[in-house]
This record gives sequence, C-alpha cells and structure tokens, in this order.
Amino acid sequence: MELKRLNDNTWEIPKQGEMKVPALIYASRKLLDSVRSDLTLEQARNVACLRGIQRMSYVMPDAHQGYGFPIGGVAAFDLDEGIISPGGVGYDINCGVRLLRTDYTEKDVTAKRRELLAEIFKEVPAGVGKGGVTKLSQNVLKEILIKGAEWAVENGYGTNADLQMTEEQGRMKDAESTFISRRALERGLPQLGTLGAGNHFLEIQKVDRIYDRAAARIFGIAAEGQILIMIHCGSRGLGHQVASDYIQSMEDKFGIKDLPDRELINAPFKSSLGQQYYKSMCAAVNYAFANRQMIAHWVRDVFKKVLGSSPGMRQVYDVCHNVAKVEKHTVDGREKSLCVHRKGATRSFGPGRMEIPEAYRALGQPVIIPGSMGTSSYLLVGTAEAEERSFSSTAHGAGRVMSRHEAIRRFRGEQIRDEMAARGIELQSTSWKGVAEEASAAYKDVDEVVRVSDEVGLGRLVVRVVPIGVMKG
Amino acid sequence: MEKYRILPHTADGKFLAFGATLEEAFVHAALATVSLMWDWDRIRKIQSFSIRVQGRDLEQLLLRFLEEILFLLDTKNFLLAAVEDLKITGAESQHELRAVFWGDTFQGHYEIFGDVKAVTYNEMKIEQVSDHWSVQVVVDM
Repeated sequence: MELKRLNDNTWEIPKQGEMKVPALIYASRKLLDSVRSDLTLEQARNVACLRGIQRMSYVMPDAHQGYGFPIGGVAAFDLDEGIISPGGVGYDINCGVRLLRTDYTEKDVTAKRRELLAEIFKEVPAGVGKGGVTKLSQNVLKEILIKGAEWAVENGYGTNADLQMTEEQGRMKDAESTFISRRALERGLPQLGTLGAGNHFLEIQKVDRIYDRAAARIFGIAAEGQILIMIHCGSRGLGHQVASDYIQSMEDKFGIKDLPDRELINAPFKSSLGQQYYKSMCAAVNYAFANRQMIAHWVRDVFKKVLGSSPGMRQVYDVCHNVAKVEKHTVDGREKSLCVHRKGATRSFGPGRMEIPEAYRALGQPVIIPGSMGTSSYLLVGTAEAEERSFSSTAHGAGRVMSRHEAIRRFRGEQIRDEMAARGIELQSTSWKGVAEEASAAYKDVDEVVRVSDEVGLGRLVVRVVPIGVMKG
Repeated sequence: MEKYRILPHTADGKFLAFGATLEEAFVHAALATVSLMWDWDRIRKIQSFSIRVQGRDLEQLLLRFLEEILFLLDTKNFLLAAVEDLKITGAESQHELRAVFWGDTFQGHYEIFGDVKAVTYNEMKIEQVSDHWSVQVVVDM
C-alpha cells in the first residue's frame, strides 16, 4: 500500500476511496517493516471508512494485525454522527496493566525471589481452566460489574489509595449489568481473581534505568535496583463473551453487507444497541479492575508473609489498553466529546487533565508498557502533544511478530527457562509449551517501540525495569 | 485426508479444517480449535455434553458451535477430546447444529498451553471444494 513519509517516525495513508479521513502510522523504518508484513495497514484504512471518525485513524508503534481494527489502533468518533464497535475494543475488554512500587531493593528480594514466586503462584490462580478462589453469587457478580475495584476494596482487597491510582478510579460510572447475557455472567462467575493464560503475566521487577528522575520520583521510584510488581490481565471469559454477544447482535440488527470486514460491525453510539454495548463494556471494564485489585492484594500479602512486612507497596497506576471511553478532545479548534477506541493502545494524558490523579496532574499520567516475557518493561509519562497527535494515546506493549504455532515449533519452554535463569530471572508457569508460545523472540523489540513513542512525543520515557521473577499464566 | 492445518498468523490462531462432508469439516474445526490449547488425543472421553446451536448462516453456526467449547471450558472446566453425532439441519436463514462433546474435566492432570479467548468472523471461510469441504477460522488468543 502506498505510504507517504511525513518524517522518520510518521507515515500517512492519504485519504482515498471510501476513507473519510487519512490514516497515520507512528513507526520507525524497522517497525514499519513488520507492520507491512501483515494486514495492519489495510485494517487502519478500513477503520478510516467508519462513520463519524474524527481527524485520523491512528496506528501505534507496536501495531500488528487484529480482526477488524488493528491491534495498536486508535480511533475517535463523534457522539452524534459516529459509532461504537466491539471490534475496536477487542475481546479482552480492559486488558490492562497495574504497577506497584515497593521500598524493597534488589538486595532484599534476590535471595527470596524463588520463594516469593512460588507463594504468588499458590495464591493467584493462573492458567486456562483455573477457577478463582472466590465463590460468587450472580447478585454479587452484578454488584462487581457496577462497582469495579471499589467492590474489591469494600471487601478487604486493598485500600482507597489504590482506587485513586487507577484509571476511572477503578469504576466506570456508565456501567450497567442489565444488558449482559446469562452466558457472559456464567463465564465470569468462576473466574474473578484469576490471571488467565496466554500473554498474561505477573512480574517481580527491578528498576534498571531512570531516564527522568524528577518524574520517576513523583511516580514513587527513587533509585535503580528498587523492586516493582507488574500485573497484566483482563476481564477473562466475561469480557470475551460480551464482545462476542454484541458482535452478533449488531450483525442481526444492522447486517454486514456494507462492511469490508465482518469484524468491523458497529452501531451508532447513541442507538439503543450502541448504548447497551457501551454500558456492558463498562461493566466488563469494572470486572477487570476488580480482578487486578484482588490479585494485587494477594501479592502484597505474599510479600508480607515472605519478607516480614510490606511497607510502601503503593500502586503507581493501573491502565486499560483495550477500551472505548468518552473523552473531551479538540477537533478543528473546537473541544468536543468523542468516543475514543483504544485497541491495544494506552491512554497517555498529559499535564492538566482532570481524569488523572491529583498527585500526577502537573506532570501527566503514568503509562505502563509491558515488554515480552523476560525482557524490559517501561514506565512512560503522558504528554500534552499526544492530544493532537493520537487523541492522547501510545503503544501498549511489544506486539507479536511471530505466530504462536511457529514459536512452539522453534522454541522449548524448558530451554527458555534455563536461559532466563542464567540471566537471573526466575520463571514459573503452568505450561512449558505455553512459555515457548510467549518466547520474547516472537515479539517486536519493545525498546524500539518505546523509543519511537518517546521521539514522536506520544509518551516520554521515565523508567526502564527488568524482571527478576516471572509468573506466566 | 488431513483433519486440519494450522496456518501462520501473527497474533492469533488461524486454521483450515477439512472434511468429506460439511459436518466432518465442523468436527475437525472443533479439534483444530482445541489443538491450540491442549492435545485433544490425550484427553480421556469420560464426560459428555449434548449441544445445540442455531445460526442465521453457516458462518454464524460455526462460530456459535466453536464458542460452545470455550463456554464449557470456562463454566465447567471441560476439555474437549472428541465430537460425535454432529448433525446440521435447516437451510437458508435458519441452520441448526446438534452434537455430543466428549472429554474430561480439567483437574491439573493435563497440560494446557494456550488460551483461545474468542472465535472470530475474521477471514472466516466455509467452502465446498470439488469433493470436500474446507473451513477457515481465526480465533483470538
């Protein structure tokens, strides 16, 4: 596909054919090569054809092919003229990342990391087919869908301070449980408080490099060697079922004949079906917030048990990277409310936005970008420029370059474990074959992804961390 | 004839499943789906579920059929090993599928290596090619 080079890291698909706006891709030449190897660009172009899309169809540096929308796609729609699309959010609604800081240093933890990991593995259910430890009734589940992480805090999992340091304070206010199918509820019941499998993980990390000491300090990070905890998971089967249900009911209502791809199915945002999906999606977002809140609580308990006390295990932040939100942005010099879809993209609000915690408001929000298994992860800060460049969004991770099947063929989980051990990283998983699927060689270079994010100004580098203990679901 | 073939896909799972009949291709699509999560030929066939789904077209029928696997996994910890007595009836805008799933409940004694989150319509194709049927599916992982 023809691409216009705007600068080293920015490429445009000019408006053509059915496109209502151009598409803009943020990638270095190296990242662009992998973006071009699959259908990412065609999908970004298809998104640009949807009703009510504003400004541009954006593609983040870690983008790869999704279904309908690309992963790493950002698109904002007018609330009156525009649409909402389950494919623009993804199946794992509010897949996201939570980061905890601690006062422990590498010295405190290194000798005990195996024990810590083994205990976390016992406390946090992970892997496919592992139900949660909590026995819920449907009524309690519905309460969780409305209250999100607030429910978890009310029930003894963590503190109010955690809520302050969570996007939406851990609760999307527009959530309703009425429009969620019985099947989705049934899938959600046994899975609350579980990590899941696939690319989901929990890591004990150490600070490896600080790029911006002043910003790092505000986020609670003071020195190299400081220990952090990262939790990456989502809304489990409940979210997947909500997505699937609404893709099918939107098809029933609106048909698929005008769509270039069946997974681009959508509904006008203000239509009753559009609103039902939006409110159900908010409920699934809340389920995922509660999920990460509970897991974080158990991790704190383990640290306390193994290391004697857990002072200062404060939450840095919790971000969603599969979500649609109503936000105010400036389009053609006018501020308006839009429905911003981020599918495999992280919000990166800069200074002054009221949505971010007061403690960070003068600086910008923390942006948490997990790497692939055994590689670096990053903490960035949102920028003012990201508003006009990507509706305040940046990358969400490394992004795959190799299929899971190919990874299983090429790598052995046990060998990956040994290689990581040689680098001082302890690994626990429910499946070695699952470890092979997630081999870091199957992913893009996360260092390159965040470098581009920093250079373009979508999110600026603050801290790099490396894992010392990895629990893979 | 080979039952199914896993195809390269950057992030998700993609496969072609084949059958002498449409029914057989659907059975093989179910096995292909679970092959992304566990080795179906290692699961004992000691528990069964009768399933019944409907679809406006064959694509929707296939999607709902494969979704049953994920639903039973999440709600009953059920691991599929085989599909028996699969019958597709109806035509045009009203298709119905009935089948019996055989397998075992997961209790930690099987290795599960992948997580299929959802069945998608992306690049879905159901075709009759000369003497056999072929279905292509992409699942979200």
